[in-house]
Amino acid sequence: MNYEAVIGLEVHVQLKTASKMFTRVATGYGEPENTLTDPVVLALPGALPVLNKEALDKIIKAGLILECTIAPVCKWDRKNYFYPDSPKNYQITQYDQPICIGGSVEIELPGPSRNVMGEHKQISLTRIHLEEDVGKLTHGANDSLVDYNRAGTPLMEIVSEPAMSTADEAFAFLTALRLAMVQGGISDCDMAKGQLRCDANISIRPVGETKLGTKVELKNLNSISFVRDGIAHEIRRQIAVVGSDGTIVQETRQYDGEAGASAALRSKEMAHDYRYFPDPDLMPVKVDETWLAAIRATVPERLFDRQRRYLEKFQLPYTLTSVLVPHPELCAFFEEAALLSGKPQAVANWIANDLQRELSAAGVGLAASKIRPLHIAGLVALVESGVISSSIAKDVFVDMFATGDLAEAIVERQGLKQSTDTGEMEQWVADAIAANPQAAAGFKKGNEKALNAIKGAVMKASQGMANPQLADQMVRKQLG
Amino acid sequence: MADDLIYQPAARLAALLAAGKLSSVELLQACLARTKAVDGRVKAFNSYDEVGALALAKAADERRAAGQAKGPLDGIPVGLKDVIAVEGQPLTCSSRMLANFVSPYDATVTQKLKATGAIPFGRLNMDEFAMGSSTENSAFGPTANPWDLTRVPGGSSGGSAAAVAAGELPLALGSDTGGSIRQPAALCGIVGLKPTYGLVSRYGLAAYASSLDQIGTMAHTVEDAAMLLGVIAGHDPRDSTSFKAEVPDYRAGLATKKGPWRLGVPKEFFGAGLDPEIGAAVKQAIEFYRQQGCEIKEVSLPLAAEQAIAVYYLIATAEASSNLARYDGIRYGHRSAAAKDAIDIYARSRAEGFGPEVKRRIILGTHVLSSGYYDAYYLRAQKVRTLIRNEFSTVLRDCDALLSPTSPGPAFKLGEKSADPLAMYLTDIYTISVNLAGLPGISIPCGFTGSGLPIGLQLIGRSFDEAGLLAVASAYEQAHDWHRKHPVL
Repeated sequence: MNYEAVIGLEVHVQLKTASKMFTRVATGYGEPENTLTDPVVLALPGALPVLNKEALDKIIKAGLILECTIAPVCKWDRKNYFYPDSPKNYQITQYDQPICIGGSVEIELPGPSRNVMGEHKQISLTRIHLEEDVGKLTHGANDSLVDYNRAGTPLMEIVSEPAMSTADEAFAFLTALRLAMVQGGISDCDMAKGQLRCDANISIRPVGETKLGTKVELKNLNSISFVRDGIAHEIRRQIAVVGSDGTIVQETRQYDGEAGASAALRSKEMAHDYRYFPDPDLMPVKVDETWLAAIRATVPERLFDRQRRYLEKFQLPYTLTSVLVPHPELCAFFEEAALLSGKPQAVANWIANDLQRELSAAGVGLAASKIRPLHIAGLVALVESGVISSSIAKDVFVDMFATGDLAEAIVERQGLKQSTDTGEMEQWVADAIAANPQAAAGFKKGNEKALNAIKGAVMKASQGMANPQLADQMVRKQLG
Repeated sequence: MADDLIYQPAARLAALLAAGKLSSVELLQACLARTKAVDGRVKAFNSYDEVGALALAKAADERRAAGQAKGPLDGIPVGLKDVIAVEGQPLTCSSRMLANFVSPYDATVTQKLKATGAIPFGRLNMDEFAMGSSTENSAFGPTANPWDLTRVPGGSSGGSAAAVAAGELPLALGSDTGGSIRQPAALCGIVGLKPTYGLVSRYGLAAYASSLDQIGTMAHTVEDAAMLLGVIAGHDPRDSTSFKAEVPDYRAGLATKKGPWRLGVPKEFFGAGLDPEIGAAVKQAIEFYRQQGCEIKEVSLPLAAEQAIAVYYLIATAEASSNLARYDGIRYGHRSAAAKDAIDIYARSRAEGFGPEVKRRIILGTHVLSSGYYDAYYLRAQKVRTLIRNEFSTVLRDCDALLSPTSPGPAFKLGEKSADPLAMYLTDIYTISVNLAGLPGISIPCGFTGSGLPIGLQLIGRSFDEAGLLAVASAYEQAHDWHRKHPVL
């Protein structure tokens, strides 16, 4: 029998806010233990939560990016459970009225090759709500230590519909979601720092069946590739269990990415009664149209919308768009340079190839580099107008990157203008023909390609300064 | 000198300080002497910091000498119920759980007291975590009623009420969740004011029931209660439930706001269970207002009278079960020495740290919120609460204030109701609905029983109309001298 998988993801994303969700203490990672605390974080007697508006702004923005419906009232509930990483022994969260409802994430599946766009799909979301993160436990041989630095960091929980059927789709979902959140300034989504965490609910069913199978929750998938591998592994495991007449048990499993294996954590019989109730310390917050409009104005263009625009308006090849589009700062740079230059494809090439290469070689970010869109536009103009050749332009780019001088100034300073001096050119051409008699004979017999060897010799003699079009004309003339 | 100062209203003390006839150090020493003389019997204090308070008194005197006095309460000691945080001082909530806990921060009201130069002095006894009506639920032993040391002072702010009634302190702060300021004020023969929910910040008040808790003032006179309220009231950005209301000059309002008023008398608050002596005293007080030209109207609050206790014990316990979860022995507070792992730390520390009434309410509240019962209990209670609130606001549309007894009976014997929680809960029957409605309420002395126990008159006002409520109360006080009578200790 053939089986298909049904996959839903629960993604926790820490919001990038200056201070914690319900107090003024700073958020942070890697600080000395228990230094990012105050009476509210430590749940001292008498401490009260006060909502950090930045957290609400950020989750609303996330909701707008993902095309959710934003609830008109934001309400807070307490989720009661005892655990040492939870200082109050309840978590402030949103139970029955999440701030963001519905929405979707557009994903792109792998294409037939790297140069060809893959299939696009919309994966629906159930909800997004805001809650507080907990502290961190470290277990020793005889004791456990707890660090509350992370406790109270605003955390958004994004729940997808069970709308994916392969590990690749889940991978694409997470990739697209992460890019959208990073681009929107919602979170840095660094999985190594726990800024993005993913759990997956997975079940299988015979192809054609509409009823859902028993689901297994896969926890703590702590890198995007582990998400893909873990889900693929779990689907294989479930098919194997069913294939050997076994039964899938509803349980929570943990995937070990290093070992490529999973183990059961707990079964659902131990389900908690969280005794949710509205938090009496916090007033519901009304989200009005004015507030929404102000946030909406800051929502960036969605990734795939931008890609479509680059493909259609700028006629960029797919591969160039997939290099540029994931990097908002690169896109902004590109669009400015394209506007200045009027040659978007040439500009995109320089940015996607040479600029990217130099940046990573120098280990600096775009903002810190000396290259501005004007530099690229100037360089493109010099090549397009035949002042310098493409190969000289490569050297000019490196110089430009190092010095911050404009291309024109470098060409001037280094004397790199292409030679259009016909006397000099006559001599180079004559020498090149003399040095390549076989090629000259070949061309005369009608072999067009033979011309390239002679032109190459001309360029070599001129040290790249000969204008290629002029060289071509002269070679033909002298051989003709 | 010292004996002359005992029982002087804070307003009078402030005048003496301002005139240079009294120093803050002298005043504090008088309070200390009185406390040392009587508190071995009254047991109003859990602890006090004599050295720290004297340093503050000295600083107040120096400010005044330099012409830099901060305000009328500068240099006057104010007692704090042991549920309000003061930096560097114990915050026990009269619980074994927090017996050794010292607060590293100030409550907003504490900061406000300090900002006006008032001296936060002493940690006053209470029912554990403010759960109770007699101060017998304190882990450190009960407080006695200064009028009869074999009787309870009421609760949960029994230490605050007794300290003022015994002349140990001129002023105190308490907290009131279902009557915990007004009922002990009534039983101890002093003034106790519970402000409108949201008028005084709860930041730094160890929470019992968040939607009902409110800090208020306890004093010898209405004027003193008004002065102290003026200091602690006002919006606090650290408390999301704090209201952005203008704080008027409550003390000045006493002189300017005049009757006659339209006063409502809820008929259900005079039914079965009310001690006849108390009923008679309250009716006399009502008669006084009528003679002053006030319009007295009989009104009906059936839900407030019949459903309030049930609604309160669902909502308050539900919130308490969650609020008190933080006392787990992990970060601070009592940790059982016998605990073996995390779950064991919770179970044993809480079993050892909490007293029986606190456990009873945590268990009740946990049940109220549990899956399958939430709708029937908590949600339904919230709906009835809304109806009670509506009932009050309808009645208060045509009345400036309501008059009733504060407590159905006078101070009862220590241990008399300990075995019967329900009988204890019923002592709050006239006060509890006021918290559910979020309204301001005040108890003022209105007489004594035949055996010499104080009787309290409760006045209930409109939301955020403390100024009006205090004026109505002051009019009665001005014409009577119950507040000038003091226990012999």
